[in-house]
Amino acid sequence: MTADPVDIALFAAKLGAVFFAVLTLAAYLVFAERRILAWIQDRKGPNRVGPFGLLQPLADVIKLLTKEDLVPAAADRWLFYLAPAMAAIPALLIFSVIPFGAPLTIAGHTLPLLIADLNVGLLFFLALSSIAVYGVAIGGWASNSKYSLLGGIRGLAQLISYELSMGLALVPVVMMSRSFSMTDIVTAQQSMPFIVYQPLAFIIFLISITAECRRIPFDLPEAEGELVAGFHTEYSGMRFGLFFVGEYINIIVLGGLAATFFLGGWHGPLLPPVIWFSIKTLAFAFLMIWLRGTLPRLRYDQLMHLGWKILTPLALFNILVTAWLLFLTS
Amino acid sequence: MLGAYLPILLLVIVAIAFGLVSLTFSSLIGPKKKSALKLSPYESGCEPVGTARDRFSIKFYLIAMLFILFDIEAVFLYPWAILYKKLGVFGLVEMGLFIVILFVGYIYVWKKGALEWE
Repeated sequence: MTADPVDIALFAAKLGAVFFAVLTLAAYLVFAERRILAWIQDRKGPNRVGPFGLLQPLADVIKLLTKEDLVPAAADRWLFYLAPAMAAIPALLIFSVIPFGAPLTIAGHTLPLLIADLNVGLLFFLALSSIAVYGVAIGGWASNSKYSLLGGIRGLAQLISYELSMGLALVPVVMMSRSFSMTDIVTAQQSMPFIVYQPLAFIIFLISITAECRRIPFDLPEAEGELVAGFHTEYSGMRFGLFFVGEYINIIVLGGLAATFFLGGWHGPLLPPVIWFSIKTLAFAFLMIWLRGTLPRLRYDQLMHLGWKILTPLALFNILVTAWLLFLTS
Repeated sequence: MLGAYLPILLLVIVAIAFGLVSLTFSSLIGPKKKSALKLSPYESGCEPVGTARDRFSIKFYLIAMLFILFDIEAVFLYPWAILYKKLGVFGLVEMGLFIVILFVGYIYVWKKGALEWE
């Protein structure tokens, strides 16, 4: 980056806007989830704070901030402090490599609408998504509570079930765009989104990132019916809030990734690019909420079975077929 | 080269600052009425039994080890996927062989029962 003050100002504005937008979106996703779940279950949901309950997220934040910050006496104090940050920050960082709109030109300065255009954006995502699980594992272990420990162990079991198929489902995307850079991947889908050529990879990726979100039907580390709240049972106040907001940032980020890898990123007819990107991302968020209202929870041996015996061989097979077809057409 | 990572470093700083500010704020205005019972681990309202630091068998340790092996093999697929067009027939045959060998190992593991639970 050059030291041009206009460029620096534009970058700072972009960073602030992204940070603010992602956090606000995460807060309103919680609200949207409660309203949509209520609607699915034929009840009203939160509708008292402000018009249509729209100020509910603000009330939630105030409530979390004014709660007592408890650290269990037997907890491993520093790891207990570290875990919520380990869960929330990697999710936010992944967002920095997602292009959320076409580059803007303001007063002769081009502003790419992503925070960091890494040439290894895809690998950056895979690396950070593996780090995020440490938040669950460390939080579960540090709490020194049996429910939390079981939740943390399940978090690890879950990671080794879905991560392989998630990584393998992205190999065809790399083959077709011949780049790890998110910008190049989006550019390669200018005429046709990859979902058209790679429906199987898309489905494998979709199932894997649902597991990555740790939500129903894969919310085993949390499993409120069996483990109280799983890995964050012992967390209260704003520390719980960080875990919680991390989960919703994760949904937004993974929705954005699904859009970038398979749905053509910000490309789309008529509407402005940022709007298209938002529609695709929020469609994924809605799907997550809808699934929560519809599906039961899997057992974790069932999840391992799904990951290892169905998704992984399918993904490998898909790579072979893609390689063969690309070879025939070139 | 490393300059591309500078924006990410800035985002890390902003994110950590946000976390620290909200946690500090919360610990300043939140109530502080601690008691021994409140600080004991939650066990559905009963007196906690034993400790959570007991050892117990993790059934999936074998799968965890296999995961590392297969994940490393998956990593080899990425450079090939980038250079796929340049490598031509050679790349296709080589990687085809690699994936077939991977499959043989996978079927061996499956038939040995390493992916089963009991």
